[in-house]
Amino acid sequence: MRLSGRGVRCVRSGREVFSGLDFEASSGEAVAVTGPNGAGKTSLLRLIAGLLTMADGSIDLEGGEAELTLPEQAHYLGHRDALKPALSVMENLCFWRNFLGGAAFDAAESLAAVGLDHALRLPAAYLSAGQRRRLSIARLLAVRRPIWLLDEPTSALDAAGQSLFATLMNDHLSRGGLIVAATHTPLGLAARELRIGGTA
Amino acid sequence: MTALAALIRRDIQIALRVGGGALIGVLFFLTVVVLMPFAIGPDLALLTRLGPAILWLGALLASLLTLDRLFMADHEDGSLDLIVMSRTPLELTCAAKALAHWLAAGLPLVVATPILGLLLNLDATSTAAVALTLLAGTPALTFTGMIGAALAVTLHRGGLLLAVLVLPLSIPVLIFGVAASQAAITGPLSFGTPFSILCALSLVSFVIGPFAAAASLRHGLD
Repeated sequence: MRLSGRGVRCVRSGREVFSGLDFEASSGEAVAVTGPNGAGKTSLLRLIAGLLTMADGSIDLEGGEAELTLPEQAHYLGHRDALKPALSVMENLCFWRNFLGGAAFDAAESLAAVGLDHALRLPAAYLSAGQRRRLSIARLLAVRRPIWLLDEPTSALDAAGQSLFATLMNDHLSRGGLIVAATHTPLGLAARELRIGGTA
Repeated sequence: MTALAALIRRDIQIALRVGGGALIGVLFFLTVVVLMPFAIGPDLALLTRLGPAILWLGALLASLLTLDRLFMADHEDGSLDLIVMSRTPLELTCAAKALAHWLAAGLPLVVATPILGLLLNLDATSTAAVALTLLAGTPALTFTGMIGAALAVTLHRGGLLLAVLVLPLSIPVLIFGVAASQAAITGPLSFGTPFSILCALSLVSFVIGPFAAAASLRHGLD
């Protein structure tokens, strides 16, 4: 599987964010998107996820499932955690597991893998920022998608959480997965760097 | 199908829990209808004559009240991004969300109608007629309202815009809903004619609503 972008140009509300951006990643590879604030890291991830429309250029996926589009084979972990405060930890995860489909991993096991198995029945409203992030990461495990698009994935995570997530990402890569992550901090894995914006 | 069932179950669960807002619509409906006799005065004949219109207006405003959360809540917490990216067609997802919203917020209005009918001096037949027209008509309000909710989702303070967008679309439903109720109570028209048109409006909204909402969600994402 190979994800590649050619001459990608992003325009948001009339202002050009970046242009002429090339990148590529194959199965088992990670790309770390870096750059100063406002350089367009999130925009690039949302372009790949199909949540923004490209002004110019192309993003292609070779060797994926032919029936599915690129966004349908990707996980997007954004700034917002996509959790409902009224639902419990387990209910939140089970909803996404059922809704996204193609479940690969038991929900309880996924929660155990991110260290949230003690809080299954707790409403998500009572989770801390780090715990909310862990619950979002459990979604990546409970539903199998080959491409992970991660936006500042380790923000709000403690040191143990960061190393745990690095292990999970390495597991994903060793299974032939592909990761594109926007980040300011080292991810803890071998990643090709894609720099957007100035040399700040 | 499991995806849509999971979505419907989740939306109803959220609506019924604390802060969900399913009961707010009913309470608002109750308040509007209870206030009417105070405003109009204790003229029982007048209340009977205006009853169906008051119930319909109350139900229309109450269904509008909770509609702005239909997509806004999912947009704010990022769920909408994942819903758009998912393998379920967005049109079906929109239809499922509207159905869940109607079950949680529209159906209680229909259930409350017999009780509120008492306050407006409506007899059993009239109340049944109004409840039946609401049962047929409120889905149309939800499914057309969904279009406005999808358009307003990316705008801040979209709730106000929603009312302006949706109310004109709901005028036909209001006209034929009240007309059918009046026909059952006073005649001379037969109940069937306006009621059939009301059902037709609902069916049309089932078709147009999800497609229009999905299209505007796709364009509105940013």
